[in-house]
Amino acid sequence: MATMLLKSFRSNLVNFRAYQFALITTCLVLLTAKSKKTLAKPGVKNVVLVEGVRTPFLQSGTTYADLMPHDLARAALQGLLHRTGFPKEAVDYIVYGTVIQEVKTSNVAREAALGAGFSDRTPAHTVTMACISSNQAMTTAVGLIAAGQCDAVVAGGVEFMSDVPIRHSRKMRKTMLSLNKAKTLGARLSLLGSIRLAHLSPELPAVAEFSTAETMGHSADRLAAAFGVSRQEQDEFALRSHTLAKKAQDEGLLSDIVGFKVPGKDIVSKDNGIRPSTMEQMAKLKPAFVKPHGTVTAANSSYLTDGASAVLIMSEEKALAMGYKPKAYLRDFVYVSQDPKDQLLLGPTYATPKVLERSGLTLADIDVFEFHEAFAGQILANLKAMESDWFAQNCMGRKAKVGAPPLDKFNMWGGSLSLGHPFAATGCRLVTTVAHRLKKEGGQYGLVAACAAGGQGHAMVIEAYPQ
Amino acid sequence: MASVRAAGTLIRSAASRYPHFSVNGRRNFSASSALLARTYVNYELKDDVAVIKINDPSGRVNTLTKMMESEMMEVLYEVWGNGAVKSAVVISTKPGSFIAGADLNMIKACKSAEEVSGLSRDGQKMFEKIENSPIPIVAAINGPCLGGGLEFAIACQYRVATKSKKTVLACPEVLLGLLPGAGGTQRLPKMLGLPAALDMVLTGRSIRPDKAKKMGLIHHVVDQLGPGLNDPEASTMKYLEEVAVGVAKDLAKKKISLEKKKGLMQKLQDSVLGLSFVRKQIYNTVQKKVMKQTKGLYPAPLKIIECVQTGIEKGSAEGYKVESEHFGKLAMSSESNALIGLYQGQVACKKNNFGKPEKDVKKLAILGAGLMGAGIAQVSVDKGISTILKDTVTEGVVRGYNQVYKGMNDKVKKKSMTSFERDTNMSFLSGQIDYSGFQNADIVIEAVFEDLSIKHKVLKEVEAVISPHCIFASNTSALPIKDIAAASKRPDKVIGMHYFSPVDKMQLLEIITTDKTSKDTTATAVALGLKQGKLIIVVGDGPGFYTTRCLGPTLSEAVRVLQEGVTPKKLDSLTTSFGFPVGLTALIDEVGVDVAAHVAEDLGKAFGPRFGGGNPELLKTMVQKGFKGRKTGKGWYIYASKKKEKQLNSGAEEVLKAFKLTAPPAVSGDEDVQYRLTSRFVNEAVLCLQEGILADPIQGDIGAVFGLGFPPCLGGPFRFVDSFGADKLVQKMKRYEDVYGIQFTPCQLLLDYAKDPSKKFHK
Repeated sequence: MATMLLKSFRSNLVNFRAYQFALITTCLVLLTAKSKKTLAKPGVKNVVLVEGVRTPFLQSGTTYADLMPHDLARAALQGLLHRTGFPKEAVDYIVYGTVIQEVKTSNVAREAALGAGFSDRTPAHTVTMACISSNQAMTTAVGLIAAGQCDAVVAGGVEFMSDVPIRHSRKMRKTMLSLNKAKTLGARLSLLGSIRLAHLSPELPAVAEFSTAETMGHSADRLAAAFGVSRQEQDEFALRSHTLAKKAQDEGLLSDIVGFKVPGKDIVSKDNGIRPSTMEQMAKLKPAFVKPHGTVTAANSSYLTDGASAVLIMSEEKALAMGYKPKAYLRDFVYVSQDPKDQLLLGPTYATPKVLERSGLTLADIDVFEFHEAFAGQILANLKAMESDWFAQNCMGRKAKVGAPPLDKFNMWGGSLSLGHPFAATGCRLVTTVAHRLKKEGGQYGLVAACAAGGQGHAMVIEAYPQ
Repeated sequence: MASVRAAGTLIRSAASRYPHFSVNGRRNFSASSALLARTYVNYELKDDVAVIKINDPSGRVNTLTKMMESEMMEVLYEVWGNGAVKSAVVISTKPGSFIAGADLNMIKACKSAEEVSGLSRDGQKMFEKIENSPIPIVAAINGPCLGGGLEFAIACQYRVATKSKKTVLACPEVLLGLLPGAGGTQRLPKMLGLPAALDMVLTGRSIRPDKAKKMGLIHHVVDQLGPGLNDPEASTMKYLEEVAVGVAKDLAKKKISLEKKKGLMQKLQDSVLGLSFVRKQIYNTVQKKVMKQTKGLYPAPLKIIECVQTGIEKGSAEGYKVESEHFGKLAMSSESNALIGLYQGQVACKKNNFGKPEKDVKKLAILGAGLMGAGIAQVSVDKGISTILKDTVTEGVVRGYNQVYKGMNDKVKKKSMTSFERDTNMSFLSGQIDYSGFQNADIVIEAVFEDLSIKHKVLKEVEAVISPHCIFASNTSALPIKDIAAASKRPDKVIGMHYFSPVDKMQLLEIITTDKTSKDTTATAVALGLKQGKLIIVVGDGPGFYTTRCLGPTLSEAVRVLQEGVTPKKLDSLTTSFGFPVGLTALIDEVGVDVAAHVAEDLGKAFGPRFGGGNPELLKTMVQKGFKGRKTGKGWYIYASKKKEKQLNSGAEEVLKAFKLTAPPAVSGDEDVQYRLTSRFVNEAVLCLQEGILADPIQGDIGAVFGLGFPPCLGGPFRFVDSFGADKLVQKMKRYEDVYGIQFTPCQLLLDYAKDPSKKFHK
């Protein structure tokens, strides 16, 4: 498996051009072979992706370090407006996702929209669903349009890990709150006197499940072990992600990026976490979570990232009426959830067969796969789970496996491992990338799938807009 | 490390893909012949690691038997003789069981202490060979690693354990009146330090993997896996084996050092413990503590201290000698016999002998949110059983709800439950004052006031709302079930489920069947009880059933003893020094003086003068004065202050004065008082067997020990008759009968056993 992977990846590097050419020439054949000509449904409005942009994704603590979350979100929103030239007052609604909330801007959607110069008459709300927050923002938009409530909705997501809310301890907070209410000096002094050293230890947010207290990396390591994913396979997959991302970056394929002039600093226009390394270098790292025999390391995991993304979603008729050429149709989508302990990151395995069934497609109909790469071990475990009849029958209650996506259609422009993973911004990146890849590669159907904390998952089928 | 692991994976996958030729061909041959020849222990080679797999095909768990030990040694000699093998892993292929201890039957089959000592010496020698193995041996532990299993594991050079809930490490020998007889008392102090080792061998406490790692008992923990390409248990075992093989390779290559880095505290402790007078102080303190807790009734803990002390002060050779000698002696002691009997009884009372119920209990309803009702609710919701807790007033529901919450929150504070588990468990509980939802209940347990007319009233109310399959169970402690069932439209669905207070601590559940109770009703009640984690005895119907009935005459005698001038404190010390965990007057306070008075009156009516003794008016007077025991703050003792020493209630003393009797000197010595109390208890128990209330002596012993606190060192009333001698007991009773009459008349069954010394309740 591992060597196969490496081989196919190498041949891809060499033959990429030829391969691409072959794809385009065979695309007509592919189209006629689909289970369905289109996923348009009678009586259901066509919802389209008009444009998708994102700020460059930066490792947290780098150039964005001094910003606030709504600054990043504003940059993405302004970038979207700038690129589309869309009239601000035509935006009916704004939905934004975020995971780690800055308490000052708890409805970050509204603060960013106001700052980005949107009309103050455009309502905005914020959603959260861990790593699929912006997927939730987009499907909320799809729902609003399909229900006939809106015609043009901006959705997006932002995550800012350079600064996270670190709180006083509960005891200290309680004392401070009581202090507000204390009326006499004596009462205040006695409250102050009750403060002990232990009160001063702060509470840090953890990327851990509340229900199980297990960190996500630890769960990923156990998941990889349960599916027999080796360290080498994981390192190879991570290397593939970085190499493909680098190639996409060099070839200018990551066109969803809008440059961001950071106040007081340079214009940022590139992701900064893409670092193709060597297997030898990666093998030197010690396991990050399960010590000492674990397989998940810093190099084969996604890293803490700052970034924001935004998309413009419209009803097809309105988009056309306003003179826009949509990039893709947003079709069926599903949300799934499962055991947050042992199956925390298996969302794609559960969501993929379900969304395919809903849209009446098979895995072979899909030309472009974009899966969220939380950990290399998680992706490989999902691929193995999708290939396993045992898992399908015993854990999912299905008759047979759905099958794993072929790697030559899978995350071909890099993924969260290499591009970075600002939790709530990743969903929009996946959808925009599918639209761009469908266009570039000439495919018709694309599939987005992602896992999220809490043992949840999401998948969406995207159809290319006819050229 | 990481690269080594990756390389290891490659080598492994290559190995599995291509069959080995040349050298390995031969090796495979010998391995497969081993597979054919051996039943318990086999091995295979993974590169240069011998993976030794144990599995006892005859049992649910692996135990150390002579056969297993000899096969293990055969395999080890073969492995040691093979120069290509650089390290070994010992792992069990039985799901969820490493080695649960030495085979008790092997010990029981011995006729003399010397024979048992021989077994101990064999074990010591075997483990010494393992300890001195020329290649490192890794014990890969999943599931219970107890007693002899633990001694085996600590003789190995390295220990890896899974974090499975089933994985526990312990030396439970002391709980069976024995000691770790295969080097455990010698190796543990060296490994853990004196205080931790003593704690472990003297309490027999179960140690979870994380704690074990912190203590230095194991080196490495492995997570449990979820479902993957196989079921979780199988995946976890495969993972454990992989990790253990990796560790074994690293040990052979000296990439992992066996030298433990000692922290500052550890160094400090070591240097302090290096002083002989400090150690002496520790031995003394521990010995005093043991004496205080056991009243000298249990010999094993003292022998354990002696073994540990000898090993440290005089060296291992002497230590091993003392260990095996004491092991032999203890195995022959009546205390060990009693404790092993109780252990086997517990196993027997964890089974459902009434078949699989037609319907699982998914929804339980409890009437009455008092102490008992809420207690039953607690042990149900924490097993995921959806439970309705109904009371007549909202205040009652709130009180009950708070009790359940507190019970679980205390576990959260002790970290035996997470706050999330607590919240999930609480979501199974519905507190209410009406009968909504009762139509979906599979079983209703009433825990309302002990009054037949109230019981009839709720029975009729409940039967009006429940579905036809629903069972009605009564948590009465004395009222005959058939009297309660008299008001039922469907007496086949009525049963007694007598829980003991506090329900979350007391292990016993007494299930009472009438001649009309259907088999499926019984099977369902037993299944529910087992799910609640209870030890179950199933007894016939009658006033007081079994447990309360045995308590009746005993309490009556206790009141008489008090009237005769023995102070409550003296009575408590007489009963605790006999082996009861709680003194009798303290017990009355805990149960409630009013409850005791009530039961005494009911049973007195039912059984007549045989249940007489103390004046029943005495308890009634106490109740009238408000001395109802702990719940009112005053009973025999005063419970207001938090002082260590309990204060006698002077009011109760005055009551006693008013009822004073003269003690007949012939039967009022300390020992006579103890035997007066015990013989009435035991006689009533034997009578229950004679009358068919009890199905067998095993349930009788379990019920008495786990429900009423009958001295565990005596093993229960029936084992007590066996070891004490029915004839001797009858002699004593006859002497008391001369003074007090019918209350001490031995029952026919006891007389039969007294006549024929070959008759024993336990074979």
